[in-house]
Amino acid sequence: MSQQAKQYKAIGEDLWKNRTEKVNAELFSFTYGALVVQMIKDYENYVEVNKQLEKMGYNIGTRLIEDFLARTSLPRCVDFRETAEVISKVGFKTFINITPTISFPSATSQQQSPRNEVAGMTGPTEFILTFDENPLAEFAELPLDAMGSKYAKAAEEKKVLNWDQKEIGGQDEGLWFSNVLCGVIRGSLEMLQMQVEATFVSDRLRGDDSTDIHVKLIRIMEEEQPINDE
Amino acid sequence: MTVYGVWVINKAGGLIFQRNYGGIKPLTPRSGLLCFLTSVRSLSAHCNEPVTTISDGIAQLSANEYLVMAGTLHGVHAITSRIAPVAKSSGVQIIESESFKMTIHMTLTGIKFVLISSTDMSNAESVLQKVYEAYADAVMKNPFYTLEMPINATGFDARMNAIVAASGT
Repeated sequence: MSQQAKQYKAIGEDLWKNRTEKVNAELFSFTYGALVVQMIKDYENYVEVNKQLEKMGYNIGTRLIEDFLARTSLPRCVDFRETAEVISKVGFKTFINITPTISFPSATSQQQSPRNEVAGMTGPTEFILTFDENPLAEFAELPLDAMGSKYAKAAEEKKVLNWDQKEIGGQDEGLWFSNVLCGVIRGSLEMLQMQVEATFVSDRLRGDDSTDIHVKLIRIMEEEQPINDE
Repeated sequence: MTVYGVWVINKAGGLIFQRNYGGIKPLTPRSGLLCFLTSVRSLSAHCNEPVTTISDGIAQLSANEYLVMAGTLHGVHAITSRIAPVAKSSGVQIIESESFKMTIHMTLTGIKFVLISSTDMSNAESVLQKVYEAYADAVMKNPFYTLEMPINATGFDARMNAIVAASGT
């Protein structure tokens, strides 16, 4: 672990211990579960539920970021790699006490990608957060029809699917139970002028080996200043 | 160590919060303040109300004048961060006059917190940090608050009063 990563880990742990108000984990998990189930009843469509959960997360993220900045007073990250470290070790740590593992897909090819120049950034422009534990889904077990057709089939055959090899395509099928997290990441980064795409690529609930969120930087938004009508 | 007022300016340059806090009237009133005001006033043709001064603090202006000044400050801030010799400069942080100073803290999300205080205010930065925390707690966490809109939260006012009261000691 790099010096920087260690430093963020310490910041995250300090904030969690001393400056975070805690709630009962089961209450949190039940509340989220009840919410998702009620949405499934209301929308009767997993795709729509995923979309709504993401929107809710976005609205949370745009507000949560202010709390995060006010309490941490962290300066702006120099690159997207640092952003990933902060999200994992400080962000997720202080709010839900988990530290997802970060990995950078095809990091070498990323460094030469033309998108980097457009964004004015060095280093990677995408990363994957791997969740070893997920407090949102502590007690959840998805029904087969919520797993997406390909997942459900694979689950029956006990076959392991590999995302990298494009074996699966049913991204938009079935329920992504914790999709609110994707929205939170997108919302909070958007407030910091980073437009990102955050999507679940796998979820243990759907029979995958791990729970992964893929975050990809689309562009750095220049601060647009609307003309003041005064 | 007196706080005269606090402004919150959203990222588009709109004034979303402005309060004057009672302080001691400066001994040499209107030296720097009036220069600033008159220059701003000349920018807005439709502001004709006279400058009225409340007895125990800084000049009380009309809501419209505050809006114009916040917009002007927003522009000045943009200029200072653009002409800076390094990229991604924070822009102007302190404007100081003979009788008072303005300390500006811009968050990474683009909101500006402005503290108007006496010149001997040494803890202005930490006061603004507390204001930011109060904003995050009492404004942003309210699900009924719409982003970028004027702040009308009694909870925030109460916390601001406490911060201002504690800041002078």
